[in-house]
Amino acid sequence: MEILDRDGLNHLVDSLLATGHRVIGPTVRDSAIVLDELSGGAQLPDGWGVEVAPGSYRLRRREDMAVFAHSAGPQSWKQFVHPARRKLWQTDRDGEYVPAEEDRTPLAFLGVRGCDLAALGILGQVLGDGPRPLVIAANCTEPGGLCFCSSMGTGPAAGPGYDLVLTELLDPHRFLVEVGTPRGARALLPVPRRSARGPEVASARSQVASATGRMGRVMPEVDLRTLLRDSSAAQRWNDVAQRCLTCGNCTMVCPTCFCTSTEDVTDLTGQHAERWQHWVSCFEIDFSHLHGGSVRTSAASRYRQWLTHKLSSWYDQFGSSGCVGCGRCIGWCPVGIDITEEAAALAAERSGSDARA
Amino acid sequence: MGTPSLAVWKFTSCDGCQLTLLDCEDELLALAGAVRIARFTEASSTVIQGPYDVSLVEGSVTTPEELTRIQRVREQSKILVTIGACATAGGIQALREFSDIAEYQSLVYASPQHVETLATSTPISAHVPVDYELRGCPIDRRQLLEVLTAFLAGRKPNLPDTSVCTECKRRGLTCVMVADGIPCLGPVTHTGCGALCPAHNRGCFGCFGPMNQPNITALVDQLRACGLDERAIDRAFRTFNATAPEFRR
Repeated sequence: MEILDRDGLNHLVDSLLATGHRVIGPTVRDSAIVLDELSGGAQLPDGWGVEVAPGSYRLRRREDMAVFAHSAGPQSWKQFVHPARRKLWQTDRDGEYVPAEEDRTPLAFLGVRGCDLAALGILGQVLGDGPRPLVIAANCTEPGGLCFCSSMGTGPAAGPGYDLVLTELLDPHRFLVEVGTPRGARALLPVPRRSARGPEVASARSQVASATGRMGRVMPEVDLRTLLRDSSAAQRWNDVAQRCLTCGNCTMVCPTCFCTSTEDVTDLTGQHAERWQHWVSCFEIDFSHLHGGSVRTSAASRYRQWLTHKLSSWYDQFGSSGCVGCGRCIGWCPVGIDITEEAAALAAERSGSDARA
Repeated sequence: MGTPSLAVWKFTSCDGCQLTLLDCEDELLALAGAVRIARFTEASSTVIQGPYDVSLVEGSVTTPEELTRIQRVREQSKILVTIGACATAGGIQALREFSDIAEYQSLVYASPQHVETLATSTPISAHVPVDYELRGCPIDRRQLLEVLTAFLAGRKPNLPDTSVCTECKRRGLTCVMVADGIPCLGPVTHTGCGALCPAHNRGCFGCFGPMNQPNITALVDQLRACGLDERAIDRAFRTFNATAPEFRR
């Protein structure tokens, strides 16, 4: 285990850029800490934190210069491995189908938390293996008010699946770095660093361990898979439908929601056609449109579909939960519907009806 | 089929949506090659007689004369597309329905006895069958081209009826309501503008009108939480689509 100082982090970014990577990491833009392409380590959000609550996200200045002490922002890493909109192919009249060119520039993700690393693994499971980005994870030492990764078993310690993992330490500002793969070791080679001392490692470990107890949210301690399976007729769906805007924000910000639709576009000459793919949401009425109309027209049925898939039928389909506990769906829901509160209410409703039976 | 003919009609409106057609600068030559612009008085005083393959209808019905004229337009049009909030929902001029039209007339016109107007401002679909509706004040240029290119290719146009939020998020924008507390009608508003206002750090004004099955009650609670009082909330909904049934307050 080794130690990078703050300059060392900039070195790491520079060296990734120099080896032809598109480096994606957190940076401040539009009143939020967003994920974007970095041209240098100076763009990282030193000294910025966030305060989050259901339906609310506010940037705030921190008293220290921490880089990774902020919880999930408005977007996830999904957008870089599964773009919101992309061309699939194009063709000209009497011509050939030409697949769209994909950007083959290798990606490096900097600052991926445990929840989001798990989400990348789930997306990979769903979408199949594409080119794998270099992942520099960040162990979480400061969970936010909407975090519940410890309930979902995805954090606060990141892994498996990283190439390198950092744990941020303050006073003085430095990062404990651990190598996960030979690829990670190669990325670290040109970066100035020193061996970690015992107390540094112990401090890093204890901060990550204590983060488990500082989560703002917790999922009810029941088997969510069977809870949702058994709750298809729950009254709670009607309750949440009163509040739900069916706007689709939760699915768009979810790091694992992967649904897409395609549309064909033509030009005015009639000589050129393209097929495009874009994200869609199960909250859209058209999402379940079959011959004759939509299957899920009520808000209750659409919310139930989303939550049941996310927490239960995802296991049947992909072998895991679809929820990683990042809390984005709570924070970026304009009316602050809380997935942990809904799950708890469903659990209470079930145990209430169990008790009556 | 020969070159299809296109007609543009104006009812009670500001002409802004018709101008969107002229605003298709990069595509205008290709469009003029693909369709015969038979009637478009904003661009040319030459009018070729109908029938027409496609009619673009701007504006709402606010006078007795328009009540009969829209029937004649429908009779002459194979495909009728309404363009803009006036034609699809009644427009800003539908605010008359919240007030006394005679009082408006006496305040606006020196000789109101010469003005024949209805007490309502109604969408085209209240009078004749409409094939496609383009929302917005004004309409979105790309959606207009989509309807025309789809017609030329004989396919259904892609006109999603989901929330503005879906487009906002696909653009990677940060939610102005969640991150800045700015009141925004995006979660209940029909998409199609490309999330134009949130991209400029403004809340959505709802100019595309209600999406399919909006939950207005839930959004109103959140607008209150953003600090809007009842009067401000009424004003937020009483703009370009004030009499759209879901927005009517």
